[in-house]
Amino acid sequence: MGKPQLIMTRHAAKDYKSSVKPIWCPGCGHFGVQAALFRALEHLDLPPEQVAVISGIGCSSRLPAYTECYGFHGIHGRALPLATGLKVARPELTVIVASGDGDAFSIGGNHFLHACRRNVDLTCIVMDNEVYGMTKGQPSPTTGPDWHSKLMPEGTGINPLRPLAVALASGAGFIARGFSGDPNGVAKLLVEAIQYPGFSLVQILSPCVTYRPEERHWKQQVHAIGMEPTTNPVEAGQRLFADDGLSTGVFYRAVLPGYPGTVRARSDDHLAAIEAELAL
Amino acid sequence: MSAIATLEELLAHAHNLELEAVERYQELADQMVVHNQPDLVELFRTMVRVESLHVDKVRDLAADRELPRLAPWGYRWSTLESPESVPIGGESYGMTPRRALELVLASEERAYAFFAGVADSSSDPAVHQAATELAEEERQHAALLREWLTRYPAEADSREPLDMDEPVEQD
Repeated sequence: MGKPQLIMTRHAAKDYKSSVKPIWCPGCGHFGVQAALFRALEHLDLPPEQVAVISGIGCSSRLPAYTECYGFHGIHGRALPLATGLKVARPELTVIVASGDGDAFSIGGNHFLHACRRNVDLTCIVMDNEVYGMTKGQPSPTTGPDWHSKLMPEGTGINPLRPLAVALASGAGFIARGFSGDPNGVAKLLVEAIQYPGFSLVQILSPCVTYRPEERHWKQQVHAIGMEPTTNPVEAGQRLFADDGLSTGVFYRAVLPGYPGTVRARSDDHLAAIEAELAL
Repeated sequence: MSAIATLEELLAHAHNLELEAVERYQELADQMVVHNQPDLVELFRTMVRVESLHVDKVRDLAADRELPRLAPWGYRWSTLESPESVPIGGESYGMTPRRALELVLASEERAYAFFAGVADSSSDPAVHQAATELAEEERQHAALLREWLTRYPAEADSREPLDMDEPVEQD
Protein backbone atom coordinates (compact mmCIF):
# COMPACT_ATOMS: atom_id res chain seq x y z
CA MET A 1 0.00 0.00 0.00
CA GLY A 2 1.39 3.39 -0.93
CA LYS A 3 1.66 6.52 1.16
CA PRO A 4 -1.77 7.66 2.41
CA GLN A 5 -3.07 10.46 0.21
CA LEU A 6 -3.65 13.83 1.79
CA ILE A 7 -7.38 14.50 1.87
CA MET A 8 -8.15 18.10 1.05
CA THR A 9 -11.29 19.26 2.80
CA ARG A 10 -11.09 22.88 1.77
CA HIS A 11 -13.48 24.13 -0.88
CA ALA A 12 -12.36 26.38 -3.71
CA ALA A 13 -14.57 29.04 -5.33
CA LYS A 14 -14.76 26.94 -8.50
CA ASP A 15 -16.33 24.08 -6.52
CA TYR A 16 -19.53 26.14 -6.20
CA LYS A 17 -19.77 26.82 -9.93
CA SER A 18 -21.89 24.54 -12.12
CA SER A 19 -21.13 23.60 -15.71
CA VAL A 20 -24.07 25.68 -16.97
CA LYS A 21 -22.78 28.69 -18.90
CA PRO A 22 -24.48 31.92 -17.78
CA ILE A 23 -26.56 33.66 -20.42
CA TRP A 24 -26.14 37.06 -18.78
CA CYS A 25 -24.91 39.72 -21.19
CA PRO A 26 -21.11 40.04 -21.21
CA GLY A 27 -20.27 42.93 -18.90
CA CYS A 28 -23.31 42.29 -16.68
CA GLY A 29 -22.65 43.12 -13.04
CA HIS A 30 -24.22 39.83 -11.98
CA PHE A 31 -20.97 38.05 -12.92
CA GLY A 32 -19.32 40.03 -10.13
CA VAL A 33 -22.04 39.04 -7.67
CA GLN A 34 -21.61 35.38 -8.63
CA ALA A 35 -17.83 35.64 -8.13
CA ALA A 36 -18.34 37.36 -4.78
CA LEU A 37 -20.80 34.73 -3.55
CA PHE A 38 -18.49 31.85 -4.47
CA ARG A 39 -15.52 33.58 -2.81
CA ALA A 40 -17.59 34.14 0.34
CA LEU A 41 -18.66 30.48 0.43
CA GLU A 42 -15.04 29.43 -0.10
CA HIS A 43 -13.91 31.67 2.73
CA LEU A 44 -16.54 30.15 5.03
CA ASP A 45 -15.57 26.70 3.70
CA LEU A 46 -19.22 25.70 3.40
CA PRO A 47 -19.81 22.41 1.58
CA PRO A 48 -21.98 23.07 -1.52
CA GLU A 49 -24.53 20.52 -0.32
CA GLN A 50 -25.04 22.55 2.84
CA VAL A 51 -26.03 25.68 0.91
CA ALA A 52 -29.28 26.40 -0.95
CA VAL A 53 -29.72 29.30 -3.36
CA ILE A 54 -33.37 30.25 -3.85
CA SER A 55 -34.62 32.69 -6.45
CA GLY A 56 -37.66 34.16 -8.15
CA ILE A 57 -37.65 35.47 -11.71
CA GLY A 58 -35.37 37.82 -13.59
CA CYS A 59 -31.77 37.94 -14.76
CA SER A 60 -30.51 37.81 -11.16
CA SER A 61 -32.71 34.84 -10.42
CA ARG A 62 -30.86 32.60 -12.84
CA LEU A 63 -28.11 32.22 -10.23
CA PRO A 64 -29.30 28.82 -8.82
CA ALA A 65 -28.61 27.20 -12.20
CA TYR A 66 -25.05 28.45 -12.16
CA THR A 67 -24.08 26.91 -8.84
CA GLU A 68 -23.36 23.40 -7.59
CA CYS A 69 -25.19 24.28 -4.37
CA TYR A 70 -28.78 23.20 -4.01
CA GLY A 71 -31.12 25.61 -5.71
CA PHE A 72 -34.72 26.42 -6.47
CA HIS A 73 -35.72 28.75 -9.29
CA GLY A 74 -39.16 29.77 -8.09
CA ILE A 75 -41.84 32.11 -9.33
CA HIS A 76 -41.74 35.86 -9.61
CA GLY A 77 -41.39 37.64 -6.28
CA ARG A 78 -41.77 34.48 -4.23
CA ALA A 79 -38.14 33.67 -3.46
CA LEU A 80 -38.40 34.87 0.16
CA PRO A 81 -41.40 32.73 1.20
CA LEU A 82 -39.82 29.72 -0.52
CA ALA A 83 -36.56 30.34 1.31
CA THR A 84 -38.39 30.90 4.60
CA GLY A 85 -40.13 27.55 4.28
CA LEU A 86 -36.87 25.81 3.48
CA LYS A 87 -34.99 27.38 6.38
CA VAL A 88 -37.75 26.55 8.88
CA ALA A 89 -37.81 22.94 7.69
CA ARG A 90 -34.04 22.57 7.33
CA PRO A 91 -32.43 25.05 9.75
CA GLU A 92 -29.02 23.47 9.35
CA LEU A 93 -28.76 24.70 5.74
CA THR A 94 -27.28 28.05 4.77
CA VAL A 95 -30.06 29.63 2.74
CA ILE A 96 -29.27 32.40 0.26
CA VAL A 97 -31.91 34.32 -1.68
CA ALA A 98 -30.89 35.68 -5.09
CA SER A 99 -33.20 38.42 -6.29
CA GLY A 100 -33.38 41.61 -8.30
CA ASP A 101 -34.89 45.04 -7.72
CA GLY A 102 -38.11 44.17 -9.55
CA ASP A 103 -38.46 40.68 -8.10
CA ALA A 104 -37.72 41.73 -4.51
CA PHE A 105 -39.21 45.19 -4.25
CA SER A 106 -42.16 45.16 -6.65
CA ILE A 107 -43.61 41.73 -7.39
CA GLY A 108 -42.26 40.41 -4.10
CA GLY A 109 -42.56 43.68 -2.18
CA ASN A 110 -45.06 42.36 0.33
CA HIS A 111 -42.96 39.28 1.04
CA PHE A 112 -39.92 41.51 1.46
CA LEU A 113 -41.59 43.49 4.29
CA HIS A 114 -42.55 40.36 6.19
CA ALA A 115 -39.22 38.61 5.68
CA CYS A 116 -37.58 41.64 7.29
CA ARG A 117 -39.85 41.55 10.35
CA ARG A 118 -39.84 37.75 10.80
CA ASN A 119 -36.06 37.71 11.10
CA VAL A 120 -35.65 34.18 9.76
CA ASP A 121 -31.95 33.41 9.35
CA LEU A 122 -31.63 34.07 5.61
CA THR A 123 -29.29 36.14 3.49
CA CYS A 124 -31.16 38.08 0.84
CA ILE A 125 -29.01 39.35 -2.02
CA VAL A 126 -30.73 41.91 -4.22
CA MET A 127 -28.88 42.62 -7.45
CA ASP A 128 -30.12 46.12 -8.14
CA ASN A 129 -29.70 47.50 -11.66
CA GLU A 130 -32.69 49.84 -11.51
CA VAL A 131 -34.34 48.21 -14.51
CA TYR A 132 -36.23 45.12 -15.61
CA GLY A 133 -33.52 43.73 -17.89
CA MET A 134 -34.93 40.32 -18.74
CA THR A 135 -38.16 41.80 -20.10
CA LYS A 136 -36.24 44.43 -22.07
CA GLY A 137 -35.85 47.62 -20.14
CA GLN A 138 -38.93 48.68 -18.17
CA PRO A 139 -38.45 50.97 -15.15
CA SER A 140 -38.31 49.17 -11.79
CA PRO A 141 -39.13 50.36 -8.25
CA THR A 142 -35.60 51.71 -7.82
CA THR A 143 -35.43 53.53 -11.19
CA GLY A 144 -34.90 57.26 -10.81
CA PRO A 145 -37.76 59.59 -11.84
CA ASP A 146 -35.96 61.12 -14.81
CA TRP A 147 -34.46 58.05 -16.49
CA HIS A 148 -35.41 58.36 -20.16
CA SER A 149 -35.93 55.42 -22.45
CA LYS A 150 -37.95 54.64 -25.55
CA LEU A 151 -40.58 53.16 -23.25
CA MET A 152 -40.62 56.10 -20.89
CA PRO A 153 -39.45 59.11 -22.90
CA GLU A 154 -40.38 61.59 -20.16
CA GLY A 155 -39.14 59.38 -17.31
CA THR A 156 -41.48 57.94 -14.72
CA GLY A 157 -41.63 61.10 -12.61
CA ILE A 158 -41.92 58.82 -9.58
CA ASN A 159 -39.54 58.83 -6.65
CA PRO A 160 -37.61 55.58 -6.38
CA LEU A 161 -38.09 53.22 -3.47
CA ARG A 162 -35.46 53.37 -0.72
CA PRO A 163 -35.19 49.64 -0.07
CA LEU A 164 -32.69 49.83 2.76
CA ALA A 165 -34.80 52.35 4.68
CA VAL A 166 -37.87 50.18 4.09
CA ALA A 167 -35.93 47.17 5.40
CA LEU A 168 -34.94 49.09 8.53
CA ALA A 169 -38.51 50.23 9.16
CA SER A 170 -39.72 46.66 8.65
CA GLY A 171 -37.39 45.21 11.26
CA ALA A 172 -34.38 43.84 9.36
CA GLY A 173 -31.33 43.52 11.61
CA PHE A 174 -28.50 43.50 9.05
CA ILE A 175 -28.52 46.02 6.22
CA ALA A 176 -25.66 46.49 3.77
CA ARG A 177 -24.88 47.65 0.24
CA GLY A 178 -22.10 46.60 -2.13
CA PHE A 179 -21.00 47.11 -5.72
CA SER A 180 -20.63 44.20 -8.13
CA GLY A 181 -17.47 45.68 -9.67
CA ASP A 182 -15.80 45.05 -6.31
CA PRO A 183 -16.33 41.29 -5.87
CA ASN A 184 -13.87 41.06 -2.99
CA GLY A 185 -15.61 43.85 -1.10
CA VAL A 186 -18.97 42.19 -1.74
CA ALA A 187 -17.55 38.84 -0.59
CA LYS A 188 -16.69 40.47 2.74
CA LEU A 189 -20.24 41.81 3.10
CA LEU A 190 -21.69 38.40 2.23
CA VAL A 191 -19.50 36.63 4.78
CA GLU A 192 -20.76 39.02 7.47
CA ALA A 193 -24.34 38.67 6.25
CA ILE A 194 -24.26 34.85 6.19
CA GLN A 195 -22.76 34.79 9.67
CA TYR A 196 -25.41 37.17 11.01
CA PRO A 197 -27.97 35.16 13.04
CA GLY A 198 -31.12 36.51 11.43
CA PHE A 199 -32.41 38.12 8.26
CA SER A 200 -29.64 39.93 6.40
CA LEU A 201 -30.16 42.15 3.38
CA VAL A 202 -27.34 42.95 0.98
CA GLN A 203 -28.28 45.28 -1.86
CA ILE A 204 -25.67 45.02 -4.60
CA LEU A 205 -25.47 47.72 -7.23
CA SER A 206 -25.07 45.61 -10.36
CA PRO A 207 -24.97 47.49 -13.66
CA CYS A 208 -27.19 46.42 -16.56
CA VAL A 209 -24.82 47.19 -19.43
CA THR A 210 -27.50 46.53 -22.05
CA TYR A 211 -30.42 48.73 -20.94
CA ARG A 212 -28.61 51.04 -18.51
CA PRO A 213 -25.13 51.38 -20.05
CA GLU A 214 -24.62 54.60 -18.09
CA GLU A 215 -24.42 52.43 -14.96
CA ARG A 216 -20.89 51.48 -16.02
CA HIS A 217 -19.97 54.81 -14.40
CA TRP A 218 -20.97 53.47 -10.97
CA LYS A 219 -17.41 52.20 -10.80
CA GLN A 220 -16.22 55.79 -10.49
CA GLN A 221 -19.14 56.91 -8.31
CA VAL A 222 -19.47 54.36 -5.53
CA HIS A 223 -17.80 55.18 -2.23
CA ALA A 224 -17.42 53.58 1.18
CA ILE A 225 -19.78 54.62 3.98
CA GLY A 226 -16.69 55.42 6.02
CA MET A 227 -18.36 54.56 9.36
CA GLU A 228 -18.64 51.48 11.50
CA PRO A 229 -22.06 49.79 11.38
CA THR A 230 -24.43 51.12 13.99
CA THR A 231 -26.66 49.07 16.28
CA ASN A 232 -28.93 52.06 16.83
CA PRO A 233 -31.96 52.08 14.48
CA VAL A 234 -32.44 55.84 14.81
CA GLU A 235 -28.86 56.48 13.77
CA ALA A 236 -29.20 53.93 10.98
CA GLY A 237 -32.31 55.74 9.74
CA GLN A 238 -30.46 59.04 9.69
CA ARG A 239 -27.63 57.47 7.71
CA LEU A 240 -30.01 55.87 5.23
CA PHE A 241 -31.98 59.05 4.61
CA ALA A 242 -28.78 61.05 4.15
CA ASP A 243 -27.40 58.39 1.82
CA ASP A 244 -26.93 59.10 -1.90
CA GLY A 245 -27.63 55.51 -2.90
CA LEU A 246 -24.02 54.89 -3.94
CA SER A 247 -22.35 54.35 -0.58
CA THR A 248 -21.18 50.84 0.24
CA GLY A 249 -20.66 48.94 3.47
CA VAL A 250 -22.73 47.77 6.43
CA PHE A 251 -25.21 50.42 7.59
CA TYR A 252 -26.90 48.58 10.41
CA ARG A 253 -26.20 45.51 12.47
CA ALA A 254 -28.62 45.00 15.33
CA VAL A 255 -28.78 42.42 18.07
CA LEU A 256 -32.24 40.96 17.57
CA PRO A 257 -33.76 37.63 18.49
CA GLY A 258 -33.83 35.37 15.44
CA TYR A 259 -36.95 33.48 14.42
CA PRO A 260 -36.89 30.48 16.76
CA GLY A 261 -37.70 27.86 14.13
CA THR A 262 -34.55 28.67 12.21
CA VAL A 263 -32.15 27.89 15.00
CA ARG A 264 -33.55 24.67 16.41
CA ALA A 265 -31.78 21.45 15.58
CA ARG A 266 -33.38 19.05 13.18
CA SER A 267 -34.76 15.93 14.81
CA ASP A 268 -36.76 12.89 13.80
CA ASP A 269 -39.54 14.02 16.15
CA HIS A 270 -39.72 17.29 14.27
CA LEU A 271 -39.96 15.51 10.91
CA ALA A 272 -42.58 13.15 12.33
CA ALA A 273 -44.64 16.12 13.44
CA ILE A 274 -44.48 17.61 9.91
CA GLU A 275 -45.43 14.27 8.40
CA ALA A 276 -48.41 13.96 10.75
CA GLU A 277 -49.51 17.48 9.89
CA LEU A 278 -49.38 16.79 6.15
CA ALA A 279 -51.12 13.39 6.36
CA LEU A 280 -54.44 13.32 4.51
CA MET B 1 -1.04 49.85 2.05
CA SER B 2 1.79 47.93 3.67
CA ALA B 3 4.44 46.29 1.50
CA ILE B 4 4.68 42.56 0.86
CA ALA B 5 7.33 41.43 3.30
CA THR B 6 7.93 37.73 2.76
CA LEU B 7 8.32 35.31 -0.13
CA GLU B 8 5.34 33.30 1.13
CA GLU B 9 3.19 36.40 1.06
CA LEU B 10 4.32 37.25 -2.47
CA LEU B 11 3.62 33.72 -3.69
CA ALA B 12 0.15 33.75 -2.10
CA HIS B 13 -0.58 36.96 -4.01
CA ALA B 14 0.90 35.57 -7.24
CA HIS B 15 -1.12 32.37 -6.94
CA ASN B 16 -4.38 34.24 -6.41
CA LEU B 17 -3.57 36.67 -9.24
CA GLU B 18 -2.90 33.88 -11.76
CA LEU B 19 -5.77 31.67 -10.59
CA GLU B 20 -8.33 34.46 -10.83
CA ALA B 21 -6.98 35.40 -14.27
CA VAL B 22 -7.56 31.80 -15.41
CA GLU B 23 -11.09 31.82 -13.98
CA ARG B 24 -11.98 35.15 -15.56
CA TYR B 25 -10.61 34.16 -18.98
CA GLN B 26 -12.57 30.90 -18.76
CA GLU B 27 -15.68 32.90 -17.89
CA LEU B 28 -15.08 35.22 -20.86
CA ALA B 29 -14.57 32.23 -23.17
CA ASP B 30 -17.87 30.76 -21.94
CA GLN B 31 -19.63 34.08 -22.52
CA MET B 32 -18.36 34.19 -26.07
CA VAL B 33 -19.51 30.61 -26.67
CA VAL B 34 -23.00 31.69 -25.62
CA HIS B 35 -22.82 34.73 -27.91
CA ASN B 36 -21.31 32.86 -30.86
CA GLN B 37 -18.02 34.72 -31.12
CA PRO B 38 -15.65 31.85 -32.07
CA ASP B 39 -12.58 34.07 -32.60
CA LEU B 40 -12.92 35.48 -29.12
CA VAL B 41 -13.55 32.04 -27.65
CA GLU B 42 -10.22 30.95 -29.11
CA LEU B 43 -8.42 34.04 -27.78
CA PHE B 44 -9.73 33.65 -24.24
CA ARG B 45 -9.09 29.89 -24.23
CA THR B 46 -5.51 30.60 -25.29
CA MET B 47 -5.21 32.94 -22.33
CA VAL B 48 -6.62 30.24 -20.04
CA ARG B 49 -3.81 27.92 -21.19
CA VAL B 50 -1.14 30.61 -20.79
CA GLU B 51 -2.25 31.65 -17.32
CA SER B 52 -2.67 28.03 -16.22
CA LEU B 53 1.04 27.57 -16.91
CA HIS B 54 1.66 30.54 -14.63
CA VAL B 55 -0.41 28.96 -11.88
CA ASP B 56 1.74 25.83 -12.20
CA LYS B 57 4.91 27.91 -12.10
CA VAL B 58 3.85 29.69 -8.91
CA ARG B 59 2.99 26.35 -7.34
CA ASP B 60 6.46 25.08 -8.30
CA LEU B 61 8.04 28.15 -6.75
CA ALA B 62 6.02 27.60 -3.61
CA ALA B 63 7.06 23.91 -3.50
CA ASP B 64 6.56 22.77 0.08
CA ARG B 65 6.29 26.24 1.59
CA GLU B 66 3.13 26.90 3.55
CA LEU B 67 1.48 29.94 2.01
CA PRO B 68 -0.68 32.24 4.14
CA ARG B 69 -4.41 31.83 3.62
CA LEU B 70 -5.79 35.27 2.90
CA ALA B 71 -9.41 36.39 2.77
CA PRO B 72 -10.51 37.63 -0.69
CA TRP B 73 -10.42 41.18 0.67
CA GLY B 74 -7.08 40.62 2.41
CA TYR B 75 -4.90 40.85 -0.71
CA ARG B 76 -2.97 44.07 -1.20
CA TRP B 77 -4.25 44.94 -4.63
CA SER B 78 -4.46 48.56 -5.67
CA THR B 79 -7.30 47.56 -8.03
CA LEU B 80 -10.80 46.36 -7.09
CA GLU B 81 -9.89 42.83 -8.15
CA SER B 82 -6.63 40.98 -8.63
CA PRO B 83 -4.72 42.99 -11.24
CA GLU B 84 -4.56 40.37 -13.99
CA SER B 85 -8.34 39.79 -14.04
CA VAL B 86 -10.20 41.58 -16.83
CA PRO B 87 -12.49 43.90 -14.84
CA ILE B 88 -16.17 43.05 -15.02
CA GLY B 89 -18.04 45.58 -17.14
CA GLY B 90 -15.45 46.27 -19.80
CA GLU B 91 -16.47 43.47 -22.12
CA SER B 92 -19.32 43.38 -24.60
CA TYR B 93 -21.00 40.64 -26.59
CA GLY B 94 -20.21 42.55 -29.76
CA MET B 95 -16.60 43.45 -29.06
CA THR B 96 -14.06 43.07 -31.79
CA PRO B 97 -10.87 40.97 -31.51
CA ARG B 98 -8.90 44.18 -31.17
CA ARG B 99 -11.01 45.37 -28.25
CA ALA B 100 -10.65 41.96 -26.59
CA LEU B 101 -6.88 42.05 -27.08
CA GLU B 102 -6.76 45.54 -25.56
CA LEU B 103 -8.55 44.25 -22.45
CA VAL B 104 -6.14 41.33 -22.19
CA LEU B 105 -3.10 43.57 -22.73
CA ALA B 106 -4.27 45.97 -20.02
CA SER B 107 -4.57 43.02 -17.63
CA GLU B 108 -1.03 41.85 -18.38
CA GLU B 109 0.27 45.39 -17.89
CA ARG B 110 -1.46 45.64 -14.51
CA ALA B 111 0.11 42.31 -13.49
CA TYR B 112 3.54 43.58 -14.61
CA ALA B 113 3.06 46.79 -12.64
CA PHE B 114 2.11 44.83 -9.54
CA PHE B 115 5.15 42.54 -9.60
CA ALA B 116 7.52 45.34 -10.63
CA GLY B 117 6.20 47.46 -7.78
CA VAL B 118 6.82 44.66 -5.28
CA ALA B 119 10.35 44.16 -6.67
CA ASP B 120 11.11 47.87 -6.39
CA SER B 121 9.78 48.25 -2.87
CA SER B 122 11.10 45.08 -1.26
CA SER B 123 14.30 44.98 0.76
CA ASP B 124 14.14 41.17 1.03
CA PRO B 125 16.45 39.63 -1.62
CA ALA B 126 14.25 36.53 -2.11
CA VAL B 127 11.10 38.64 -2.57
CA HIS B 128 12.95 41.00 -4.90
CA GLN B 129 14.26 38.15 -7.06
CA ALA B 130 10.95 36.28 -7.34
CA ALA B 131 8.97 39.46 -8.04
CA THR B 132 11.50 40.52 -10.70
CA GLU B 133 11.19 37.13 -12.38
CA LEU B 134 7.39 37.21 -12.33
CA ALA B 135 7.37 40.80 -13.62
CA GLU B 136 9.63 39.83 -16.50
CA GLU B 137 7.22 37.08 -17.58
CA GLU B 138 4.32 39.53 -17.55
CA ARG B 139 6.40 42.00 -19.54
CA GLN B 140 7.07 39.34 -22.17
CA HIS B 141 3.37 38.52 -22.39
CA ALA B 142 2.51 42.16 -22.82
CA ALA B 143 5.10 42.47 -25.62
CA LEU B 144 3.60 39.45 -27.38
CA LEU B 145 0.08 40.88 -27.08
CA ARG B 146 1.24 44.20 -28.53
CA GLU B 147 2.56 42.27 -31.51
CA TRP B 148 -0.79 40.47 -31.86
CA LEU B 149 -2.55 43.82 -31.76
CA THR B 150 -0.70 44.95 -34.90
CA ARG B 151 -2.67 42.29 -36.79
CA TYR B 152 -5.86 44.21 -36.01
CA PRO B 153 -5.21 47.82 -37.05
CA ALA B 154 -7.28 50.38 -35.16
CA GLU B 155 -8.47 52.15 -38.31
CA ALA B 156 -10.05 48.93 -39.61
CA ASP B 157 -11.63 48.30 -36.27
CA SER B 158 -13.03 51.67 -35.27
CA ARG B 159 -16.49 50.38 -34.45
CA GLU B 160 -18.09 47.21 -33.27
CA PRO B 161 -19.63 45.02 -36.00
CA LEU B 162 -23.21 45.64 -37.03
CA ASP B 163 -25.52 44.02 -34.52
CA MET B 164 -28.25 42.12 -36.35
CA ASP B 165 -30.26 41.71 -33.16
CA GLU B 166 -29.54 44.70 -31.02
CA PRO B 167 -31.37 45.11 -27.71
CA VAL B 168 -34.58 47.10 -27.98
CA GLU B 169 -36.79 48.21 -25.11
CA GLN B 170 -40.21 46.58 -25.33
CA ASP B 171 -43.52 47.27 -23.69
